[in-house]
Amino acid sequence: MASLTVTDEQVRATPAKVIQPAWVRVTHWINALAMILMILSGWQIYNASPLFGFSFPRDYTLGGWLGGGLLWHFAAMWLLMINGLAYLVTGLATGRFRKKLLPITPSGVIHDVRAALTFKLGHDDLTVYNYVQRTLYAGIIVVGVLIVLSGLAMWKPVQLYYLVMLFGDYPTARYVHFFCMAAICAFLVVHVALALLVPKSLRAMIIGR
Amino acid sequence: MAKRSFLIPGVDRRLLIKDSIKAMPDLARRRFITGGASLGALTLLTGCDVIDSSSAEEMLKSVSKFNDAVQAFIFNPDALAPTFPESAITKPFPFNAYYDLDDAPEVSAADWKLEVRGLVDNKKSWTLDELYQLPQVTQITRHICVEGWSAIGSWTGTPLRDFLKLIGADTRAKYVWFQCADKDGYNSPLDMRSALHPQTQMTFKYAGDILPRAYGFPMKIRVPTKLGFKNPKYVVSMEVTNDYKGGYWEDQGYNSFSGS
Repeated sequence: MASLTVTDEQVRATPAKVIQPAWVRVTHWINALAMILMILSGWQIYNASPLFGFSFPRDYTLGGWLGGGLLWHFAAMWLLMINGLAYLVTGLATGRFRKKLLPITPSGVIHDVRAALTFKLGHDDLTVYNYVQRTLYAGIIVVGVLIVLSGLAMWKPVQLYYLVMLFGDYPTARYVHFFCMAAICAFLVVHVALALLVPKSLRAMIIGR
Repeated sequence: MAKRSFLIPGVDRRLLIKDSIKAMPDLARRRFITGGASLGALTLLTGCDVIDSSSAEEMLKSVSKFNDAVQAFIFNPDALAPTFPESAITKPFPFNAYYDLDDAPEVSAADWKLEVRGLVDNKKSWTLDELYQLPQVTQITRHICVEGWSAIGSWTGTPLRDFLKLIGADTRAKYVWFQCADKDGYNSPLDMRSALHPQTQMTFKYAGDILPRAYGFPMKIRVPTKLGFKNPKYVVSMEVTNDYKGGYWEDQGYNSFSGS
């Protein structure tokens, strides 16, 4: 009996702690692909009637012209929607969002932002998110929900009139959609830069440990 | 004062013209996926050249058809487009086409006749005076362009469903196909359910005045539940048909349903 117990402990102790469970890794990378397809085709659509005094470089758009961009956008939306829903439902049901992202306290955020700006914010324990990470990860989920809702409002403004009303009117939903995209792009830059600065976090998102 | 002149609020005139040039059907444009597929990012992501242009195009087209089926299943085709007060009207309402206003069709009211063809009992052509005798209604709705811009306008005319009843159209047919006087022969099919929608209108007036040349004189089909390109201007004929006859933009890759 005694030797059996020891063996069990050894088996359990051998693999490193799982930081990112498989469902997080799978939805993360599907989301990364879906986001890039949505952003590049979205830039193509934006260029057809720019909201501001600039267009996106043609090399960074998908679809070749407006019609192609729309086809890509309305195809990749399924990937984004289904994957996003699976992520949200699993995150809520397993309690991962609550455990990893909460609480977010103002004092915690201020402390960690200050630490980050003075390069004193450590990443020793990848299983615990600091307050900057919590704020960004929770924030990007809210932005993700908003960009989908504003997108649906623009896609079917007659059928989903109540969604349009939620944003005020159709042109406002367009601006919301644009600024959510801008927020996601800004997040992407910081997120990728930090992942490269802390390679073990990238490894954890690929092999889990 | 302003550096750039705007035909449409928020739309750069030069870009619009550039878009119009792009709109000319040419071989390069028809193979629209090629440009997108050569994108380094995508090749990088997929790790290989699986996005072969024709198979990607086919895949995207089938997803588009799938989207149509999903929409037909979950949405109510008779849902009404929101209406607005007069104070909400966009002034000036933009002129928009794949050509300049100077090249817009100049239709002579005296010579113009609306031809009626296909699955209808009475195929007589209609003069403008005859059409003006039909009961008219006014509605203020938002016109939404496939490009993303939108504008609110006031349109007055005869509900298309009343006219279809009057000419004894077979409303079990699949489409009403419109042909227009635009250069290059604009045309567009409208699914029968949308043609019978209470807000779909044969429009003769804009903002209470006879439809100006810019907005499609003498007759436009106003479909507030569809994107702008499904709202043909300068209409010269309508055909009730079971055949999908394609359309100017539809043939180039815009989704033919394009309902909002």
